Amino acid sequence: MIPEALALSAVLFTIGAIGVLTRRNAILIFMCVELMLNAVNLTFVALSKLYGVTGQVFVVFVMTVAAAEAAVGLAIIIAIFRHGQTVNLKNINLLKG
Amino acid sequence: MPPSPGLFYQVHFYLFGLLAIASALAFVTRKSPIAAALWLVSVMFNLAALYVMMDAHFVGAIQVLVYAGAIMVVFLFVVMLLNLGHADELSDIRGTWGRIAAGAVGLALLAQIMAMSRTRFLSVLQPPTNPVFGGPPDRGAIGTVAQPLFTEHLLAFELTSILLLTAIVGAVAVGKRKGANDT
Amino acid sequence: MLLQEAAGAAHPLSGTLAEWIWLVPALPFLGFVVNGLLSLVPATHLGPADPSAAGHEHGQAGHEDRGAHDDHHHVTRHRNAGIVSLVGPAVLGLAFALTAAIFIGMLGAHAEAPFVRTLFPWIVTGDLTLNAALQVDQLSIVMTMVVTGVGFLIHVFSVGYMQDDPGYPRYFAYLNLFVFFMLVLVLGASYPVMFVGWEGVGLCSYLLIGFWFTDKANADAGKKAFVMNRIGDFGFLVAMFLLFANLGTLDFAAVSGRAAELGEGGAVITAIGLFFFLGCAGKSAQIPLYTWLPDAMAGPTPVSALIHAATMVTAGVYLVARSAAIFSLTPVASLTVALVGAITALFAATIGLKQWDIKKVLAYSTVSQLGYMFIGVGVGAYSAGVFHLVTHAFFKALLFLGSGSVIFAMHRAFHHTGSHADAQDMRNMGGLRRFMPWTFGLMWIATLAIAGIPPLSGFFSKDEILASVFARTSHSTLAEASWAGIPGSALLMLIYVLGLAAALLTAVYMTRMMLYTFHGPNRSGDAERSHLAEAPWIMTIPLAVLGVLSATGGLINLPAFLGAPAQKLHHWLEPVTGAASMHITHGEEAHLALGTEMALIALAVAIAVAGMAYAYARLKPAALVPKDQSPAAHGIERVLEHKYYVDEIYDRTIVRPVVALSRRVLWRGMDTGLIDGLFVNGSAYFMRSLGWMGARLQSGQVGTYAWVLVIGVLAVLGAFSLS
Repeated sequence: MIPEALALSAVLFTIGAIGVLTRRNAILIFMCVELMLNAVNLTFVALSKLYGVTGQVFVVFVMTVAAAEAAVGLAIIIAIFRHGQTVNLKNINLLKG
Repeated sequence: MPPSPGLFYQVHFYLFGLLAIASALAFVTRKSPIAAALWLVSVMFNLAALYVMMDAHFVGAIQVLVYAGAIMVVFLFVVMLLNLGHADELSDIRGTWGRIAAGAVGLALLAQIMAMSRTRFLSVLQPPTNPVFGGPPDRGAIGTVAQPLFTEHLLAFELTSILLLTAIVGAVAVGKRKGANDT
Repeated sequence: MLLQEAAGAAHPLSGTLAEWIWLVPALPFLGFVVNGLLSLVPATHLGPADPSAAGHEHGQAGHEDRGAHDDHHHVTRHRNAGIVSLVGPAVLGLAFALTAAIFIGMLGAHAEAPFVRTLFPWIVTGDLTLNAALQVDQLSIVMTMVVTGVGFLIHVFSVGYMQDDPGYPRYFAYLNLFVFFMLVLVLGASYPVMFVGWEGVGLCSYLLIGFWFTDKANADAGKKAFVMNRIGDFGFLVAMFLLFANLGTLDFAAVSGRAAELGEGGAVITAIGLFFFLGCAGKSAQIPLYTWLPDAMAGPTPVSALIHAATMVTAGVYLVARSAAIFSLTPVASLTVALVGAITALFAATIGLKQWDIKKVLAYSTVSQLGYMFIGVGVGAYSAGVFHLVTHAFFKALLFLGSGSVIFAMHRAFHHTGSHADAQDMRNMGGLRRFMPWTFGLMWIATLAIAGIPPLSGFFSKDEILASVFARTSHSTLAEASWAGIPGSALLMLIYVLGLAAALLTAVYMTRMMLYTFHGPNRSGDAERSHLAEAPWIMTIPLAVLGVLSATGGLINLPAFLGAPAQKLHHWLEPVTGAASMHITHGEEAHLALGTEMALIALAVAIAVAGMAYAYARLKPAALVPKDQSPAAHGIERVLEHKYYVDEIYDRTIVRPVVALSRRVLWRGMDTGLIDGLFVNGSAYFMRSLGWMGARLQSGQVGTYAWVLVIGVLAVLGAFSLS
């Protein structure tokens, strides 16, 4: 079942990447990133069947990071929204030098 | 190699896998952020099921609790807080050409990853001669993960706690309305 | 290093006063520092600046008027003039005293090898180890005595001559600096150290020619001298590079010892000799690089005496004598030196026949006499060349200082009456012997010396050179070699004839100069006549000393047939140049039969007397009229007066094409087009375009960044899976 799990992980990762590329809503892009992280988690879990539970430990770390990222990222999105009343990245170019 | 699983197991494995893919596709194609978020929750539940099927019981549980339960709730909370639920606004999905290009890039990426995982990693990362089979954990679902987490990876664990603390402080600092004391 | 020290310990001069040789150049340098600091104090104006004091005719700045605006008589005196007058000459006097003491020490020491005093390591890189070292040997001590001795006299003369110039301390600072560099040049123990002095004297020459730089003609003359010298310096440098590439050393002692390794008459050694001579031609004003020297007369007259007659211009002769070991092994280069010297001697003498500016006559005379010296060193008679160098320093310095004294008197007279006439034109002079008897008498001594009348110094040195040429027409390496297909013996005969012809012309033009300046009626004007007077004693005393030296200088190297005390300089220089000289004459002293030698002397004297007699008989000073009434010359006289139009030819064939090339190709094409356009602006434009593209990429659209990121990931993965 491991190869199938890895293939599924790749498919989900790609779908997440496509989402990042096609969406313009900052929150949705964020969610797509979460999907990509989940795909990676699936890989960790699948390979932990072969290499021991360390993979699962890493999943715990990834979730922690994802949680932290969600907290900070969403705070930033709120701040941006307050600034320009939009979360559409088309209208946001604060990074422009 | 692990012992060959039974048909019942296989059917459910493919079922949850296909459901995850279908939910993911639905997730990226929904215009409404609320709908998209709910489809993502669906993906996570299906993944949780797969984790459990791959003997990662603890990960499956916190997948539901932390990801589907906590993180996605925060997302939905923010969407609703900012009142972004209306899909009729300016479309947040790129135009046709953008989608085609994204699809092409996605296919290329998928092909690359597949090729890579087949030709490289599975050949390089040969299964250990004495593989750790899943099997029911000796120390229960939590103990299996907790044992290495608090021994081998204790430092990393403590560092993640600091990371979380920093993230909380940062989130509060960034999200705080400027001049909040005035209002 | 160890070897050198061991040799130094054994050297008879070590531990003597020669250890203090570094003080000789250091003293003039001290003078330069002191006077240079004093020159920073602005001049004190004692009276209102008199517009007539400038006294020159800007309107008619014709070609022969260049340098005519010399010797201004400003009514200003520098506030520090007193201390400068003390320091400037005193450092030279002390340097001369020290040199003389070292010389006396050497007389009894019989030093066969040069004494090298290493001061500090200068350049140590790769295979090259150069020390800042001074070399005391028989040749350099003679040169040092001439430089410090004649230099001292000229410094004393300058105290009187320049007394009223507002730039008085600056003048002495330059003059002291010049002497410093000249001493580095003659005392340096290796070619690079010599080159430092060589360049330094060129710099000081430039500074002093353009001393009155507010007049553009003077500044131009300085520039011309500088640029022409650079052409020569190129030759010096290339010769040094060749030497180092082939021998790996640049020290005089080592080069002399190992020159034979280059192979007698080989291409390399010939090239080295010819390139060195190119340097000499620039510094010593030989064809084709001589035109700067007459223009250099734009500087103050004592400068002309010191730099452009007695010392700096003889540096080329010194270089050839110093490189005797090289030149003696390459007959082609040696013959070239002698031939160019002979042609220059005759060519410059013909120009000197028709010059009206008293300093121009002397300038061409200097070029001509330098040619003589090159004949001497060219045919391998190195001691004869150096002998003529020494005597020439005496009588030419005397002539220049005498002319300076004349100009000083003329200028003062014209200044008193506010006349704008040319103080240097001989047509405005005449009959000065009544007003300046001392100058008149002393200059006649120098004239007889340069014309070659026995027993004055010029007679002996010139005769020595001509006799050497004649002696080498047979039984010498030069005679047996061939130069551009011409057999060496025929060429030496030609050189001898050219030398005789130049001697004849020398007698003619010098007599002409004396006649027009001192004899006949006075043409300066009735009002001015009453103001003509002898220069102050501080100017006439150096003249008198030089007069004595000019008269008796021949004693240092009397011809062999006169008996025991003869050939003193020749024998003195033997440790330095003797071997090279002997090599050319197949190991025997060049010797002429007594009868032949007497006949040659008689011929030379006859020619000198004939020249003077001809000039005395033909030229009628009484028939001359002042410059502004003189009719224009015509025919060959006109050509001579315009110096064969060489300046004009150079201007058309070299200067203007170079200027046009510089303007059209180098400036418009290379500089503004290629460098500014393509490289400077082009690269800026390219970078700006790149920056513009980069700025386009930095849209601030996170979506775009995500695209770029994913495509980058694809590229990395692709490269990974393809590898």
